[in-house]
Amino acid sequence: MSTEAAGVLEEIEAKGLLEADSRRPSAVRKDRPSWSTTIILILCTATVLVPLYVTISMAFKSQQQAVDGNAFSFPAPFSLEGFTTAWNLTSFPTAFVISVLVSLASVAGTILLASFASFAIARNWDRRPFRWSFYYLLAAMFLPFPVVALPQIQLTGLVGLDNPAGVALLHIMFQLSFSVLLFTAFLRSIPMELEESSRIDGASTWQTFRYMIFPLLAPMSATVGIFAFLASWNDFMMPSLITSNPALQTLPVVQSIFQTQFSNNYNVSFASYLMAMAPAIVVYLFTQRWVMEGVTQGAVKG
Amino acid sequence: MAITTAAVATTTSGGIPTTRRRRVEGIYYAFLLPSLLLFTLAITVPAIIGIFFSFTDSIGFGDWRFIGFTNYIAALSDPAIRASYLFTFGFAAVTVVVVNVLAFLLAVGLTSRIRFKTALRTIFVIPMVVSGIIIAFVFNFLFSNTVPALGEALGISWLQTSILANPHLAWIAIVIVTAWQAIPGTLLIYIAGLLSIPGDVYEAADIDGATKFQQLVRITLPLVAGYVVINVILGFKGFLNAYDIIVGLTNGGPGTATRSIAMTIVTGFTSGDYAYQMANATIFFVIAIAISLLQLSLTRGRNAL
Repeated sequence: MSTEAAGVLEEIEAKGLLEADSRRPSAVRKDRPSWSTTIILILCTATVLVPLYVTISMAFKSQQQAVDGNAFSFPAPFSLEGFTTAWNLTSFPTAFVISVLVSLASVAGTILLASFASFAIARNWDRRPFRWSFYYLLAAMFLPFPVVALPQIQLTGLVGLDNPAGVALLHIMFQLSFSVLLFTAFLRSIPMELEESSRIDGASTWQTFRYMIFPLLAPMSATVGIFAFLASWNDFMMPSLITSNPALQTLPVVQSIFQTQFSNNYNVSFASYLMAMAPAIVVYLFTQRWVMEGVTQGAVKG
Repeated sequence: MAITTAAVATTTSGGIPTTRRRRVEGIYYAFLLPSLLLFTLAITVPAIIGIFFSFTDSIGFGDWRFIGFTNYIAALSDPAIRASYLFTFGFAAVTVVVVNVLAFLLAVGLTSRIRFKTALRTIFVIPMVVSGIIIAFVFNFLFSNTVPALGEALGISWLQTSILANPHLAWIAIVIVTAWQAIPGTLLIYIAGLLSIPGDVYEAADIDGATKFQQLVRITLPLVAGYVVINVILGFKGFLNAYDIIVGLTNGGPGTATRSIAMTIVTGFTSGDYAYQMANATIFFVIAIAISLLQLSLTRGRNAL
């Protein structure tokens, strides 16, 4: 998701999805909601919901029931066997903590580095070094990870970063272009008068950033942070290649490591999948406004 | 902006003292440098090192010597590498069409006057936030157990063997799962595009007696053309990097039937083909740049975007 979503954001006009909805002249076109379209769309949600239902129902089955591989049967009896087995087998707590740490480091690092850099770039746009830095940082959007994967594996190994810390660092770096793009666009929309007033009151540049600009950036930081979280939490390719010790792997990689050991114990494998993907879905459900705005709003054109 | 900086430089007592007017405050460099430095070390340097070694016979460690373009010549005529490009580009082309058609139709539905609009949108976006490899494992189960079981129950013979085991059809499963995950992002962009069309355009069409279908083809499609361009190019670029979902579904198999470019490059790490696969990666990089330049030239100056 990460590269695509990041790319997606770059081009689209800023358009608050939710407000735009209400702006649309509604009464004029059609007076009442179309039930036929609604029903077709509800049927289409099956494509999304069936795989999720299968995951949840399989996870709650007992070993005996799960082994027949019937995807649609309801769990009878409800069993937590799959969860306890997966918890111990995959050392879930360790992998979970590593995933959380990598994601949090990626979120914090992305927000801090990108907002610092964007502030410097936006306020010195008339200076060539800053303008060029902007295009330089943006260039990563054109660089797919597979292109630099091999030397990165080699170099992280050489400098002792073939571990979750190295993964977090690379996640931040690949998230930087998209985040700098969002922040600089937003910073340009903040009226300079606001900053000038704080300067006249004697605030230094650092104080202006810390107590005025950074708080103003909060909504954009939310979007940037959520995308950094999703990209980091869900990534498989980078941690699987960079982290050399299998015991230090993130949740998605752990699923692939144990794939063969799960064998036909489908309740165990699906309980494990569910525990790995649920956090991202929960975060999404609580922050969907920013997720959706991020995709559309992103591109106040870099 | 410059004027403010100058004013600040003379009025603030703290920070770095500035002697000349319009001089950039030092703190701005301090803000920018960490990003530039880390970015250079983590991305630029590896890229340069990788391209450098693509002209050598290095196996990733130990001695090496320059061999010029030998790796490139060999890579371009390597059947395994050719097959991976053919597969990846074919897969990306098919997926881009599937994703855009479905996402566009869904967006039209979701922006029309319907019930449960918010709830429906929430559900349709969920696949975007699910880990690719994990959902690939879920679909792997469905393709290898559930679908054949259904085929047996319904007496449909061609459904009874797993599509993942068929070298000629396994790619279809990869298209399905990739589309499942890529539709939400594309959908959200189309929704933004559709919402940018003023409602009175449709009003006028209604008065002129245009049918709903005519309105879709003659008004909606041309007005979101810019969004189609963006979605097609960004989608295609993204799909060329296919890795996670393929690992979870077929791991490149059966045989090497569904091995993507990214998977082929990564083999260079384990098989001692470091320099050789770096040549492959460099070729891939050049293609990615070409597509990005195409994207820039197509989107520059468009009012719609």
